Amino acid sequence: MITIENVSRRGFLQGVFSAGAFVLCARIIPQPLWADATSAGSPIDLAALHPNIFVGIHADGTGFIDSHRAEMGNGVRTSLPRILADELDADWNRVKVIQADGDERYGSQDTDGSHSVRDYFDSLREAGATARLMLVRAAAQQWGVPESQCVADPIHTVSDRNSNRKLEYGELASLAAKLPVPKKEELQLKSPDSWRYIGKPSTGFDAADICTGKPLFGMDVRVDNMLYAAIAHPPVLGGKVKSCDDKAALQVIGVKKTIAIDPFKPPHAFQPLGGVAVIADNTFAAFKGRKKLKIEWENANNSSYTSSEYKKELLATAHKPAKVVRNIGDVDAEFGKGGNIIEASYFAPHLAHASMEPPVAVADVRADKVTVWAPTQNPVGVQEEVAKALGIKKEDVTCHMTFLGGGFGRKSKPDYAVEAAVLSKKTGRPVKVVWSREDDIKFDYYHSVAGMYIKASVDEKGKPKAWLQRSAFPPIGSSFTANTVYGDDGEMAMGWSALPFEVPNFRAENGEAQAHIRIGWLRSVANIYHAFAVQSFANELAHAANRDSLDYLLELIGSPRTVDVGKTDDDEETVKKYPYDIGRLRHVTELAAEKAGWGKKQSGKGYGMGIAVHRSFYTYVATVVEVEVDDKGTISIPQVHTALDAGIVVNPEMVRQQFEGAAVFGTSIARTGEITATKGVVDQSNFNDYQIARMNDAPRKTDIHIVESSAPPAGVGEPGVPPFAPALCNAIFAATGKRVRELPLTRNGFA
Amino acid sequence: MVHFKVNGVERSFDGDPEMPLLWYLRDILGLTGTKFGCGMALCGACTVHEKGSAIRSCTKQMSTMAGADITTIEAISGQGPTAVQKVWIETSVPQCGYCQPGQIMQAVSLLHSKPSPTDDDIDAAMSGNICRCGTYQRIRAAIKEAAKVTA
Repeated sequence: MITIENVSRRGFLQGVFSAGAFVLCARIIPQPLWADATSAGSPIDLAALHPNIFVGIHADGTGFIDSHRAEMGNGVRTSLPRILADELDADWNRVKVIQADGDERYGSQDTDGSHSVRDYFDSLREAGATARLMLVRAAAQQWGVPESQCVADPIHTVSDRNSNRKLEYGELASLAAKLPVPKKEELQLKSPDSWRYIGKPSTGFDAADICTGKPLFGMDVRVDNMLYAAIAHPPVLGGKVKSCDDKAALQVIGVKKTIAIDPFKPPHAFQPLGGVAVIADNTFAAFKGRKKLKIEWENANNSSYTSSEYKKELLATAHKPAKVVRNIGDVDAEFGKGGNIIEASYFAPHLAHASMEPPVAVADVRADKVTVWAPTQNPVGVQEEVAKALGIKKEDVTCHMTFLGGGFGRKSKPDYAVEAAVLSKKTGRPVKVVWSREDDIKFDYYHSVAGMYIKASVDEKGKPKAWLQRSAFPPIGSSFTANTVYGDDGEMAMGWSALPFEVPNFRAENGEAQAHIRIGWLRSVANIYHAFAVQSFANELAHAANRDSLDYLLELIGSPRTVDVGKTDDDEETVKKYPYDIGRLRHVTELAAEKAGWGKKQSGKGYGMGIAVHRSFYTYVATVVEVEVDDKGTISIPQVHTALDAGIVVNPEMVRQQFEGAAVFGTSIARTGEITATKGVVDQSNFNDYQIARMNDAPRKTDIHIVESSAPPAGVGEPGVPPFAPALCNAIFAATGKRVRELPLTRNGFA
Repeated sequence: MVHFKVNGVERSFDGDPEMPLLWYLRDILGLTGTKFGCGMALCGACTVHEKGSAIRSCTKQMSTMAGADITTIEAISGQGPTAVQKVWIETSVPQCGYCQPGQIMQAVSLLHSKPSPTDDDIDAAMSGNICRCGTYQRIRAAIKEAAKVTA
């Protein structure tokens, strides 16, 4: 460990985000991204002006800005620094983005739940405004004029309003560093009309490095003296090694040894699954050696898990009275009146994340410190879990965040990094654990399978007077507390415990479901199956009433008002900051329909248009899908229109990318996405049997329409996903008259 | 011992003949621009060029490498980004970026054989390359733009 020398120099720089003492590990070999810190500190620590943990300005004028969250295609390495650069009035061409390590001083770095911009918009603006004010004050002091006479203009420069004097930021940095860091109350944030970057499209900061194949990803990490490992995991969750014959494995060229990894102690949470690791001097040898292991497994009680049986159980549960999670009015009284009842069941299977980069991590365990390089959404989680597994303090674990070759929620779970650490400790050398695609598909934290039932009583015009909905799915909580069978407030708030429709009597219920494989969050989580059921059912009601789907949906949504969301897992302040505004929901619905030319082309005879709308992560999204279905049931998707209101948008270009991508992610879910298990063993293994939408399956054209808004920024990474599958299925109904109540489409005769 | 060329450099190999070219490039030569995605030629992340044509390095065994002339993403961008890469950047194609070296190698190979590809040509050439982030629409646009630039 090397403690940098200039801690005392920075001792007086105590701002909103105090820099404090900063301890760094010597890096092993230079890497372009994950080793920005040298043995003497990161460029931010070493900057002449360094008022907080997020920004440093060097004497040559270079502005170094931290990206403290995970870059996995979400664009945070561009959007977050541009928020700060805007308030700093910094020249983006003179900014260098530094990837932060795991460090609690940043606040949460767990990059999930579409939190990055919405949680850090205010604090990054404050961080930039802090540095700007110090530079302005330094210029005022230098010129002996009042602060009010100095202005950060033109870009990267402070000017004297009453003369033509100008000083560049670099020239002011050292002087500014001698000033006290201003308090939050002293800061004046820019008004939106003077934003330089916020709201303006920008290409990703790293696009050139990506397109030229630079080593950016966890899979690309190479450190001196490194060994490679592949692990044979127990095929059934909770299984143990009964016996292992590794003779043939050890004969493979390049294989060094095999090492047993202990099974987890329930609940599994983020612990490794256990099994047998093959240690080798390259990845291929480790993979090949693993194939030659002869392991007898002792299977746990999860070996009873067979998806076809479980589906029946889930749907039966969804038809029985269950735990009430929301009750408004009295649905039973209304149902008792014997009106016109409409009911339907829906089913959505498990899904796997299948990020293009499978889980991978490098760990180097030394006597006094541990260094981990990982494509992780959750670097502090890596520190905590590695420390727990090795029985050390988490402060002694450094986690360098690499780029992620996709995450989608999988890489919030640090089990694979723990595996690398455990094996490095046992071998005394740095170890890279590489998961194959088969490992990734067979040993995921799966998106929940879900069974749902909805019942409505409708009036003579087809409008619901009572609406009961019941879902049952093995909850995410089962991964953290054994035998958890009910969804938590967060899962229920994802499109289930509040109904954005004008219905006087409403009840939402949740039935019990036991998990038998690891369950985790996947891009937009419970919103996927809940939106599928609710938006499909709304479309069924429209058809039953013989109404146009859009007109009927707008009537259901009703007039602008605020919906009480009930219980959620967010704090009260957040819920208040983001009221469920039906006017905004209605607006995106109308906008998507208008842009799509709703109703201009007759549906039927193999052509159809479908719509769905959903709010998640505080963003309102409506999607219109056009579909063509031929006589054999082969579908194609010529056009998608998505309208969204995410409040203030930092980088519209990247928001478009996220929503274009969400349409493709939604296509994978709808068409082919299905993980099943037989006797506890997952049936799928690679892209041949777990198919991801390819170019010729994906929507040919997706147009994104962003509503201009001054509302607080909301999520953008996930909210595009939930409305897609129901919009597509509604389009298929319009095209063919065939209602899809079970995903994926391959289960319904479509391909 | 097999002899072949990688990015213009003469190389030889006498390790496990079953080792796929992918892992030789990544683990032995340290050329990590070529990515591992599936190991079964199902996703295209590992695409490199052999004598200018796109191949999947994850299923090309080292035993078949005698006389091969391989180019990887690192070499096509050796003198700075090529026209295709520049268009890729300007079109903001990448999201996570992991599959993009393979996509670019596939696209360069397509444009080499069909300088003005139709939509069907693009579908046929590019549908073997999976992008989980879903950048297909921009890949298509970038290929069309690159075709104009390089025409």
